[in-house]
Amino acid sequence: MKLNSRVTQKLLPFVSLIVLFIALSITSPYFLTANNLASVARQTAVFNTMALGMTIVIVSGGIDLSVGSILGLSGLVGTMALERGYPIPVGVLIGLLVGTACGFANGLMVAKLRIPPFVVTLGTLGIFRGLALIISNGLPVHRIPPGFSFLGEGNLLGVPFVVWMLVICAVAVHVILEHTRLGRYAFAIGSNKIASLYAGIPVDFHVMAVYAIGGTLTGLAGMVEASRLMTGQPTAGQGYELQAIAAVVIGGGSLNGGEGSVVGTLIGAFIMGLLSNGADLLNISNYWQQVIIGAVIILAVTLDELRKRRAA
Amino acid sequence: MLLELQDIHKKYGGVTALRSGNLSVAAGEVHLLLGENGAGKSTLMKIVAGVVERDSGRMLWNGNEFFLRSPSEAAAIGIAMVNQESLLAPHMSVAENIFLGREDRGAFGWVNRRRIVHKARRLIEQYGFPLNAESRVDRLSPAGRQLVEICRAIHHGSSLLIFDEPTSSLSDTETQQVFRIVRDLKARNMGIIYITHRMDELRAIGDRVTVLRDGNTVHTGNLADIPTDRLIQHMVGREVSAIYEREHLIPGAPALEVRDLSVRRSRLKNISFVLRKGEITGMAGLIGAGRTELCRAVFGIDPIDSGTILIKGDAARIRTPRDAVKRGIALVTEDRQISGLALRLPIAANVTMANVERISRFGFLDLKKQNRLAAELGHKLRLKSASTAQPAGTLSGGNQQKVVIAKWLFRDAEIFLFDEPTRGIDIGAKAEVFELMSELARSGAAILMVSSELPELLHVADRILVMRQGRISGELPRNSTQEQIMNLAVMDSAA
Repeated sequence: MKLNSRVTQKLLPFVSLIVLFIALSITSPYFLTANNLASVARQTAVFNTMALGMTIVIVSGGIDLSVGSILGLSGLVGTMALERGYPIPVGVLIGLLVGTACGFANGLMVAKLRIPPFVVTLGTLGIFRGLALIISNGLPVHRIPPGFSFLGEGNLLGVPFVVWMLVICAVAVHVILEHTRLGRYAFAIGSNKIASLYAGIPVDFHVMAVYAIGGTLTGLAGMVEASRLMTGQPTAGQGYELQAIAAVVIGGGSLNGGEGSVVGTLIGAFIMGLLSNGADLLNISNYWQQVIIGAVIILAVTLDELRKRRAA
Repeated sequence: MLLELQDIHKKYGGVTALRSGNLSVAAGEVHLLLGENGAGKSTLMKIVAGVVERDSGRMLWNGNEFFLRSPSEAAAIGIAMVNQESLLAPHMSVAENIFLGREDRGAFGWVNRRRIVHKARRLIEQYGFPLNAESRVDRLSPAGRQLVEICRAIHHGSSLLIFDEPTSSLSDTETQQVFRIVRDLKARNMGIIYITHRMDELRAIGDRVTVLRDGNTVHTGNLADIPTDRLIQHMVGREVSAIYEREHLIPGAPALEVRDLSVRRSRLKNISFVLRKGEITGMAGLIGAGRTELCRAVFGIDPIDSGTILIKGDAARIRTPRDAVKRGIALVTEDRQISGLALRLPIAANVTMANVERISRFGFLDLKKQNRLAAELGHKLRLKSASTAQPAGTLSGGNQQKVVIAKWLFRDAEIFLFDEPTRGIDIGAKAEVFELMSELARSGAAILMVSSELPELLHVADRILVMRQGRISGELPRNSTQEQIMNLAVMDSAA
């Protein structure tokens, strides 16, 4: 019986997603069209990719408030490379590496300075954004080869390319979390850092690795964002950290660490994506969308807390 | 009788917590409530304190039947509970904590700080507690916090106080302090229900005793009329002569040797000792003597200022717990929830935590192997759990301790540092933990057993080191007496 209720409660976000999906299909005739679904997929790809990285970070008991700035900085540097004539794959790779470096810097400080990750990444939120503005002089990068738009807007075998990309990232992160030593250590550190240290786990190294992976995925999201807009905006991604964190939390991740899953995060991100798409289709104002999404975050976490309290 | 409970029955969902709980407490007596974890003590006390409602049975207060629907109703008639784990606001003062939620408010809801402090002072003086009404609670010792809890409970004239393991985290002197206070409260004609797991303190404090087992009251009577081993027998429901029995082997080669170890920060001075294979070395001492600090230093948590550690004869540089683990040292900490277990993770993940290498290849986990090996170990240690996928935090204290031990077995550790291995676990589980320690010794492990429970040390350990003020003050053979240990633990340097 216990197991049963645990399963149903884990399914709750999923059921909400389905209900939302059905409700939107009924209320808006346009919702179920291939065009709209593809557009939802493209819109949510950026948040989804960031949220996947955030999942690992949150599982390990950390948090990364600087992802919005990392997204901006990596998209900017990546497009600047394209502007200088580097081939598209190289530019994308540079964007990813900028993300990795930013994440690694976060991890390094969290591990070595022993300051709460909230504070470290609050600081780097400002630093990375400032760097992007300094490098670009505050001006966006426009001269980008047209082929770059494929990343965000192209189709492969009739399906948006970002969907393929997201599936690959999701599988990779899932495998990392559930089937590798790194993932196991992330869970252990997130659940009990002291016990992990006493068990001989190289805690500092894995904290850095976790933030670096999160940064890499954010870098990728930054390139997708740049490709969709076909500009490298130094101000891109402002406020995105809240979306990424919200997706993880709606999907059952705990800000106390030790809990979270790829499936949960994707469901969380899609719930938010559908809410915003549905609001658009139903002509609900942007202002109300923010209220609705905020309420959903609180509701989801409240339900999750109730579940845990009952289980305890 | 002040309080009488007759045939109290309580079910949680499908689980019967109490079948027939009977208890009567008179004014001016200390009534001990004993029983293993899960025997129904907490449920019974929660019913008395109004936290949960009974399903059936009668409760009488001064001879009249009564019903409680909330803790505040219990408080209103004069029943108060002193909590085991501090439920205090750490950043607030003693006075503020005593009156938290019950402040007299003046106009506009202002809280008059000075008046609260004044009232708290009067209360503290009245009982002669060694407390300063204005000090912050997080600066107090565990005993001090316990006193604040007691003040909270008595300040509005309770006539029945429930103590739930008040001394489980206290040192010996602090325990004596709590005893004095309990006796004082008793002299003021209060009724006291006192729950404890420490068999050594029963007779210092109790008048009558009630034993619960499997939700039934199995014994009640004067404490003076029943020997301790009979009480234990009531608690566990079987003969317990075997609990402390173990064969004492001839120790083998030295596994861990500590020479002249000093740690300034934790005031450890020139400590030298040897742990041999197949031997359980006990370690006694008052709280604050440096026993936990010694374990921390040997395990690489606190940096060593001077001295050497030899493992199987080779000098070992241990600077981090990771170094220690690699050298085959295991630390079973005194607070397993804080530093021993990842409570939200499954048992299997906890068991394999110190040796994930063993279940992985090229960085990828073999989950089937993990579950198989964890289940095998769990079976070997008689771990009571639904499956190895169950979160460790849902296990009882004794079973959690088994998971911690399993973690080190999975690592093939050879040197075990047990810091208060039986803290907070019931007698049945204690026996099993001792058995595991004996088995470890038999298979060649070297074991250091730090314990504040002298009877346990004297029964289980092969020899006993005694620490005092950061030094080892002496060594005793296993057939020593508690007095001999205490002499070494407290004696003056001059003596």
